[in-house]
Amino acid sequence: MNATLQLKDGITLEAESFGAPVSTSGEVVFSTGMMGYPEGLTDPSFKGQILVLTYPLVGNYGVPNKNLWEADRLMVSGLIVSNYIDTPSHFQSQNSLAKWFKNEKLPLIQIKDTRGLTQHIREKGSLLGKISINKPIGYYDPNKENLVKQVSIKNISYLPSTNKKAKTILLLDCGAKRNIINSLRKRNVSVIVAPWDFDPFTKKGESKIEEITGSKKHFDGLFISNGPGDPTFVTKTITTIKKSMDLKIPTMGICLGHQLLTLAAGGETTKLRYGHRSQNQPCIMEGSPRCYITTQNHGFAVNDIPSNFKKWFTNANDGTNEGIIHTKLPFMSVQFHPEATPGPYDTEWLFDFYLEKIKS
Amino acid sequence: MKDIKKVLVLGSGALKIGEAGEFDYSGSQAIKALKEEGIEVVLVNPNIATIQTSKILADRVYFLPVNPDFVEKIIDKERPDGIFLSFGGQTALNCGLDLFNQGILKRYNVQVLGTPVSTIELTEDRQAFADHLHKLDISTPVSKPAYNTKDALAIAQELGYPVMVRSGFSLGGQGSGIAKSEKELKDISDRAFSFVKQILVEKYLHHYKEVEYEVVRDKFDNCVTVCNMENMDPLGIHTGESIVIAPSQTLTNYEYHSLRSIAIKIVRSLNVVGECNVQFALNPKPQTVDDPEKIPFEYYVIEMNARLSRSSALASKATGYPLAYVAAKLALGKNLTELKNKVTKTTQFCFEPALDYLTVKIPRWDLNKFKKAENTIGSSMKSVGEVMGMGRTFEEAFQKAIRMLDLDFEGVIHESLFKDDDQIKEQLKRPTPNRMFAIAHALIIGITVEEIYELTGIDPWFLYRIDNIVQQEKALKFKKKLTKEILLSLKQIGTSDKRIGSLTNKTGLEIRELRKNYGIVPAILQIDTLAGEFPAQTNYLYLTYNANHYDVKPLKNKGVIVLGSGPYRIGSSVEFDWTSVTTVMRLKDHDKKSIVINCNPETVSTDYDISDRLYFEELTFERIADIYDFEKSYGIIVSMGGQTPNNRAKALKAYGAPLLGTDPDNIDRAENRTRFSALLDELEITQPPWDSFTTVTKAMSFSKKVGFPVLIRPSYVLSGQSMKICHSEKELRDFLGEVASISQEYPVTISKFVEDAKEIEVDCVAEKGIVKALVVSEHIEHAGVHSGDATVAQPAQRIYLETLRKIRLITKSIAKELAITGPFNIQCLAKGNNVAIIEVNLRASRTFPFISKVIGTNLIEMATDAFFGKNIKPLNGNISDLDFVAVKAAQFSFARIAGADPTLGVEMASTGEVACFGDDVEEAFLKAELSVGVKIPKKGVFISIGGEVNKYKFLEEAINYLFSLDLPIFATDKTAKFLHRYGIPVKRVYKLYETKTPNVIDYFKSGKIDLVINIPDQDVERAINDGYLIRRAAIDNNLAVFTNQQKAILFLKAITEKKIETLPIKAWDEYK
Ligand SMILES: Nc1ncnc2c1ncn2[C@@H]1O[C@H](COP(=O)(O)OP(=O)(O)O)[C@@H](O)[C@H]1O
Ligand SMILES: Nc1ncnc2c1ncn2[C@@H]1O[C@H](COP(=O)(O)OP(=O)(O)O)[C@@H](O)[C@H]1O
Ligand SMILES: [Mg+2]
Ligand SMILES: [Mg+2]
Repeated sequence: MNATLQLKDGITLEAESFGAPVSTSGEVVFSTGMMGYPEGLTDPSFKGQILVLTYPLVGNYGVPNKNLWEADRLMVSGLIVSNYIDTPSHFQSQNSLAKWFKNEKLPLIQIKDTRGLTQHIREKGSLLGKISINKPIGYYDPNKENLVKQVSIKNISYLPSTNKKAKTILLLDCGAKRNIINSLRKRNVSVIVAPWDFDPFTKKGESKIEEITGSKKHFDGLFISNGPGDPTFVTKTITTIKKSMDLKIPTMGICLGHQLLTLAAGGETTKLRYGHRSQNQPCIMEGSPRCYITTQNHGFAVNDIPSNFKKWFTNANDGTNEGIIHTKLPFMSVQFHPEATPGPYDTEWLFDFYLEKIKS
Repeated sequence: MKDIKKVLVLGSGALKIGEAGEFDYSGSQAIKALKEEGIEVVLVNPNIATIQTSKILADRVYFLPVNPDFVEKIIDKERPDGIFLSFGGQTALNCGLDLFNQGILKRYNVQVLGTPVSTIELTEDRQAFADHLHKLDISTPVSKPAYNTKDALAIAQELGYPVMVRSGFSLGGQGSGIAKSEKELKDISDRAFSFVKQILVEKYLHHYKEVEYEVVRDKFDNCVTVCNMENMDPLGIHTGESIVIAPSQTLTNYEYHSLRSIAIKIVRSLNVVGECNVQFALNPKPQTVDDPEKIPFEYYVIEMNARLSRSSALASKATGYPLAYVAAKLALGKNLTELKNKVTKTTQFCFEPALDYLTVKIPRWDLNKFKKAENTIGSSMKSVGEVMGMGRTFEEAFQKAIRMLDLDFEGVIHESLFKDDDQIKEQLKRPTPNRMFAIAHALIIGITVEEIYELTGIDPWFLYRIDNIVQQEKALKFKKKLTKEILLSLKQIGTSDKRIGSLTNKTGLEIRELRKNYGIVPAILQIDTLAGEFPAQTNYLYLTYNANHYDVKPLKNKGVIVLGSGPYRIGSSVEFDWTSVTTVMRLKDHDKKSIVINCNPETVSTDYDISDRLYFEELTFERIADIYDFEKSYGIIVSMGGQTPNNRAKALKAYGAPLLGTDPDNIDRAENRTRFSALLDELEITQPPWDSFTTVTKAMSFSKKVGFPVLIRPSYVLSGQSMKICHSEKELRDFLGEVASISQEYPVTISKFVEDAKEIEVDCVAEKGIVKALVVSEHIEHAGVHSGDATVAQPAQRIYLETLRKIRLITKSIAKELAITGPFNIQCLAKGNNVAIIEVNLRASRTFPFISKVIGTNLIEMATDAFFGKNIKPLNGNISDLDFVAVKAAQFSFARIAGADPTLGVEMASTGEVACFGDDVEEAFLKAELSVGVKIPKKGVFISIGGEVNKYKFLEEAINYLFSLDLPIFATDKTAKFLHRYGIPVKRVYKLYETKTPNVIDYFKSGKIDLVINIPDQDVERAINDGYLIRRAAIDNNLAVFTNQQKAILFLKAITEKKIETLPIKAWDEYK
């Protein structure tokens, strides 16, 4: 089936449609990661975005069972590939990529020159765009609203550790990837997963926690997840982080969580021209000769570090900030994804680093 | 780390199976990296055809064997501060280990730079490595080490057959094999123990995926995997023999990154500094587990190579990440983040490249060049080269790579290859170099993907891609019109114009015309390491139909295209990379930008910092024309990359492309036998009598008239070598009856074979028909040994002045008649003072690097200047006046090719070459032989000379050396009697057909013999067979074998006259 891809700056490209025959619009971004499209496509940080994958072959190993996704559904608004593969081969594959998109009523299109499109986005910066199949559709700018609301969970839940003495982490889900929760649980802590706007420091919040954990004990650490869009919309979470830091509760943020922690501590964020979406971003740890390969998926970044914090990680390619850490207190955050999936596990140790702070 | 001012780099010596051109690439990059730091570089590498041994790179070059004896003396003389062991393959690594273990490095205070020796040792000792991994909780296949065959058999009993045998301290799967029974294991094990002390007997992992990671680590523990690669062929087929795809296609994120993490864990645990490669086996269908949180995953580590390897060269080319260069910098203690990405020029090297294309590597085999060789492939390497196709669909990259092999395959479908459908399943079960064509054929005849998977172990993913090609071609048969959509779709799966033409009854050119009318032309894209994320300055390019823009602008009149050599193969290898690269460098002097087209990942010419622009592309007419259409270059050079580019001359000229150098019609006059013959007659130059025949009767009567032996060149052969010497009527009749077709369509060319003639090689440069340089060199072997296999001396030692004078005159008249501009080469025979011409090549020949480096004048630079009509200065003086002699010797890889007969003949069989210098022929020859792995005998010599005449000829020259040899001599019946008659003490041993013990082979096995001289007599059938078994046994027992009279005698002379201890150690620049 035929489709067209239109960019707001006037470019129109013919495409072939493999997914659902529905039109979509959003911000067009590209990712250069070569691995793990099932994980990538279910990353809630992609909310509101039409994704271009620069690796040309997509669909090779089909789609695995839901429990291997990063969320319970596709998060991109649409997908653009160069060469869609409809003959997946893998023991875990349960479905083809096209069927998945059809089931979830989202478009998956093939244009041949995804490199040309990528270069265009690189030069112009992220652009609004739309995929039209059958029905016309207007442009939509996801950066004008609070996307976190759309992807955060609705109900608080409690995932206890088998270890009775385990510490408890409160995770504010701004669109959390499943592997953040798994990475914490793997380390023998109990996790409370709460919606983005949950405030644990109110009476109501306290009793909610007591209700689900069955214990009067509050929580030992706060964790703020990744998520989509402009951090400045996510004011409720920022307020919660402020309170948490005032109480000197060990706090860690990932990706959007990094930006929210920064804002809570008085720093500033900005929109990057076309963001970092890849699995090969080198990040140098300040004051060390060490550089880590990281997965990233963000359009906004920290450009002003809050006082009493210092640079923790810096992008070796373009010098943007990749992490901050408080000079004395256990507050820290990183722009990249230590939980990986997709991508390298090289910074997984950050979970241990953070949990150490809770124990001491 | 102490202050490093001078570094010794060990090269890998001659190209051989399993260790080929990739080490010229890695060594060259290492030297470049060292020079940038202001470090003085001393290189030991007898491979004279390499770029690393050129003046432009190392400060000092030793053309000497890379073994501890020689290297110790070089160290003593040069006193380097550090040594690089990991850039010269297994040869350098093993030599380095010996130097270390003998305490030599310590004695001279030479620091091993990069990965520590302890790590190298651990990774080479397969059992110790497995033990190490188990401590890290990393799995390896169940295995046990064996130190003799008896133990091996016992272990196999325990594990159950089939078992996998692998040997340590070797490469290219040497000594490895899959044993399905006790007998097979015994054979493999016996053979392996002739080469190594330890083997590993392990569980055979049937149809696992084989995946590799290239890992880089600096001394600060920064560690990245630059590339992962998936073998299309399952485990059990050596990675060097496999079709390899980068990046992996069928691995999930979990599998990819779990293996990546394990690779990094291993590398860190071993303190690797530099580059290494980790190979894995991955179960495509692991046992599922009940726990839903646990992801099924079953892997084993196969091995780790703590050095640059074939795979790392491939990975460098596949990603644009110069692994060898980076490894060299890291060995000097640099941090990865300090090194600027040379492709983007804005980012740095501590990252993992993101590709927005994929690459497919296919090995090139030349098994039919080996008499009696088995045609199957497996866990030990037999291929002699490789190509890499790039594209944005698998089909595109794959079919490009198939054409790059330069074997006249237009794509994966080849109708006439398998006549017999019944045998196709057999073909799939027993993989051969043609397996990919068998797969396509199987799909055509309706064998299902599942069934093919069961038979081959090739993941269905790849089979479906091949099926896509099959289906699209099939559909074409039912289409009436070749519409734009259909044509574009075919181009996007890599179908050539010619192929589309042959499916639609048109010529390739007509299709080209049609598609250009439709506006279907390939896009030109950059390899930029970051998939377009950052703007890149890179000049590293490929073409694809799966995009529609150009990343670069044409160079127009500023650009000159140099066509590279394509895959290394028997008859065309690193020497043509040297000629190409030298040409590229010289273009700067003519204010031109160089544009290289080549498709061989092992080469230096495909290093993107060599030329102004690199197209990693096919050397087909279609692709060259596409690039020319875009670039509109000033000219194209076809004469520097060997025969492949030369073959394109005619079509390119017809297309209207400007070629630099000799006119293609004159090239044709030299290449077309009939036209060439007429030309020689016209110039009154003698040639051996020859003619073409379409019937056996006529062929026979000609042969009788000129007299046997005759040399046959059929135009179509079923299998096996294409040229043959026939000594009798019977042999001729058999050959024409069984092996070669003779018909109107396939005429056979027969020449009188001139016996006992000297063969002489003339390398020249001419400008507008005037010879500007003419260098004569001489073969040690008489004519009948292919010039590529022959031992060549420069300057010529034993040619009459009158012969030389005739050769000069002949050369001049040919150059004039063909109005030659550029390099050319003439091969001739001399007997008495008669000179006859065998062939003229209007291109640079194999001997150009050798000649240029010996005489001290770069003939390729001269030839390049000639292209620009600069009226170049003739090479002056009498170059025969050199005060030294250089000898080029061939490297044979017979041990790698099970069953191959090591005799030399008119078909080339060597895989590489070396050249060494000396004060006389004997010295240079001895060094050269030592360089190709021949050892001076210390135990005993076995001699078997076929035929009465041969015996006399041999003894006449060899008698004195045999007397002064001071070693026990063994011989078979007649030779023994003969030697005895002349008073040479000799012990008789039995031939095999005598069925008495101990026979020859028992002696070989018992280690009492370490030199075998076996001169076959062509006439006797049984002797040939017995002789074959003897020669083969000698090869399998790792003994030095000489099968040519002249060469054997020279060797005897050299070892009796020279002592290895007193051979002078002199660098190249000391020979003046
Ligand atoms: N246990 C095994 N079962 C099946 N095939 C194996 C096994 N071990 C190794 N191989 C095959 O043998 C090849 C050569 O083994 P490897 O250890 O890599 O030798 P080399 O050092 O010569 O490269 C591998 O590439 C792989 O295909
Ligand atoms: N007429 C001949 N008499 C004797 N030897 C010959 C004759 N023709 C060719 N040869 C031998 O065969 C070898 C290969 O022949 P050639 O025509 O040069 O083939 P190629 O094109 O493969 O180099 C030569 O190097 C030479 O040793
Ligand atoms: Mg190895
Ligand atoms: Mg290997």
